[in-house]
Amino acid sequence: MTIKDLELKADVIRQDILKMLTHAGSGHTAGPLGMADIFTALYFDGLLNYKPNRPDWPKRDRLVLSNGHINPVLYVTMAHAGYFPHAELKTLRKFGTRLQGHPERVRLPGIETTSGPLGSGISQAAGMAYGMQMDGEKLQHVVCVTSDGEHQEGNTWEAIMFAGKYRLRNLMVIVDRNNIQIDGYTEDVMPLEPLSMKYQAFNWHVIEIDGHDFEQISGAYNQAKAIFEKPTVIIAHTIAGKGVDFMEFDYRWHGTPPGKTNIAGDPPPRDQLRVAIHELRTLQGKIKSEHEK
Amino acid sequence: MNITKSNKLSNKLFKQNIDVEPIRVGFGRGLLEAGKKNSKVVALCADLTESTHMLPFKEAYPDRFIEMGVAEQNLVTVASGLSAVGKIPFATSYAGFSPGRNWEQIRTTICLNERNVKIVGSHAGLSVGPDGATHQMLEDIALMRVLPNMTVIVPADSYEAHKATMALANKKSPAYIRLAREGTAVVTTADSPFSIGKAQVLCSGDDISIIACGPMVYEALKAALVLKHYSVSAEVINCSTIKPLDTETITASVKKTRRVITVEEAQSIGGLGGAISELVSSRFPVPVVRLGVQDRFGQSGEVVQLWEEYAIDEKSIVKYARELVKKVKQR
Repeated sequence: MTIKDLELKADVIRQDILKMLTHAGSGHTAGPLGMADIFTALYFDGLLNYKPNRPDWPKRDRLVLSNGHINPVLYVTMAHAGYFPHAELKTLRKFGTRLQGHPERVRLPGIETTSGPLGSGISQAAGMAYGMQMDGEKLQHVVCVTSDGEHQEGNTWEAIMFAGKYRLRNLMVIVDRNNIQIDGYTEDVMPLEPLSMKYQAFNWHVIEIDGHDFEQISGAYNQAKAIFEKPTVIIAHTIAGKGVDFMEFDYRWHGTPPGKTNIAGDPPPRDQLRVAIHELRTLQGKIKSEHEK
Repeated sequence: MNITKSNKLSNKLFKQNIDVEPIRVGFGRGLLEAGKKNSKVVALCADLTESTHMLPFKEAYPDRFIEMGVAEQNLVTVASGLSAVGKIPFATSYAGFSPGRNWEQIRTTICLNERNVKIVGSHAGLSVGPDGATHQMLEDIALMRVLPNMTVIVPADSYEAHKATMALANKKSPAYIRLAREGTAVVTTADSPFSIGKAQVLCSGDDISIIACGPMVYEALKAALVLKHYSVSAEVINCSTIKPLDTETITASVKKTRRVITVEEAQSIGGLGGAISELVSSRFPVPVVRLGVQDRFGQSGEVVQLWEEYAIDEKSIVKYARELVKKVKQR
């Protein structure tokens, strides 16, 4: 895909995220919107090796979603990639669904780990990477997507220490550095900086990128694959709520879907989805939406 | 005493010279053998390789041994990841730390995630002795038993630990195996039957069912011998699989004796006593006396002192069995 096509794909994914969350009536909004570009790149820019019709294909790269609560972006991207019918997105969080409120591996083929409780994704990804190295075959890559807030968990640092010791070169961590968490800004709740120096001190290769720049995303991914002596972390600076002006940078949109909450200065709940979709369709006013043609 | 022949118990039972060996040693041998039979078996340890008896495995298969350092949350989650790529990990530490510290990780990344990880908790129970309450893990059976998909095994001696370890390597499911540190009388033999989910009636009796696990199995057998002199015929059951419980064997015994005592080196709340009480109350309600630690913590001391203080030794079993027989008329 060209960068233009990737941007359009990410835009449609964001619209689907908002629609499915509104339909579900609960769930997380800001994180999924912020990570839509990275997930688009992983699945549609040729970064991950995968076969949607064979989710258990042994040669696939493994995508481990550590911060399970941003699963709307994973579900929507997987639907677009062909893992399951697009219409199933409407079942998010409903009784009997494969699209559980937090991702469950056993229910939905293509999900690599069950997650939600924070801080154990890097460990599992490290275990996978280590196991692949034991078999000594041509290595697949294990990509762990994690949040910045998760770096307040002790388990996260145990895993970072472990991967550094064993030089897990086929392990790549992508940190969604959006600076927000439920109680506020990360640096107010429990400061993480200097995050890149912390990773360096644990013997990791560190790359920092703009998480909304497709050239930087694929560049960092390919660099990480080329680093042979240690694991790589890509600290992706992202904007929580990216693409919808009234949600961007606002931690109050972390855990609520459109249409549920009155937030001062934002559109009233009944208008939130419509305004957000309109903004996305016009790429924040840069193009005319199809309704205005 | 009606020792069940099919169990092929030690011929030194009740003798002074009965073999004594820590249960964890049997695990070490089982792990080595499981590793020899299946190259997918891998072992992880959190800085306790020698005392958990993983050294023979580490020396035989250095490429399949992973030193995790003192990090029990990472221990079980890395194991989950290894299982995801087809390995059969045995994640080992002291029970107080694993599953003591990492229960949520076990719940989410192993049980809910249906990963084939074996959690090995050594040094469980009061018999850690002088180390005191912090290291005497008493809540592990309860913690592991409530988790869906989890198998829970408490071997009675080193032979059973060996067999249980081998059996678990062949069973594709999450499992917890509990080991004790001190030397334990070797009640069974290499030929004794063992299968996951099967309780063994070690000696048959009509007046009372004594259901025990781990090192308490020998205490129960010794108690049965003493009870015979008081004309109490006790049935002793080795319930080494706490989950899934052998409901058939236990219910049959309880229907016969109508009196039950459970004995364990753990909190009886939620432990073997909890499991048996849940079964008995729903299938065939009769009185159950639960011997175990009664909602207290342990403390430093010698094993015999502790077993006496917490009323789980042979003498206590005899005392409570006689009381129960006196109190509850069978028919």
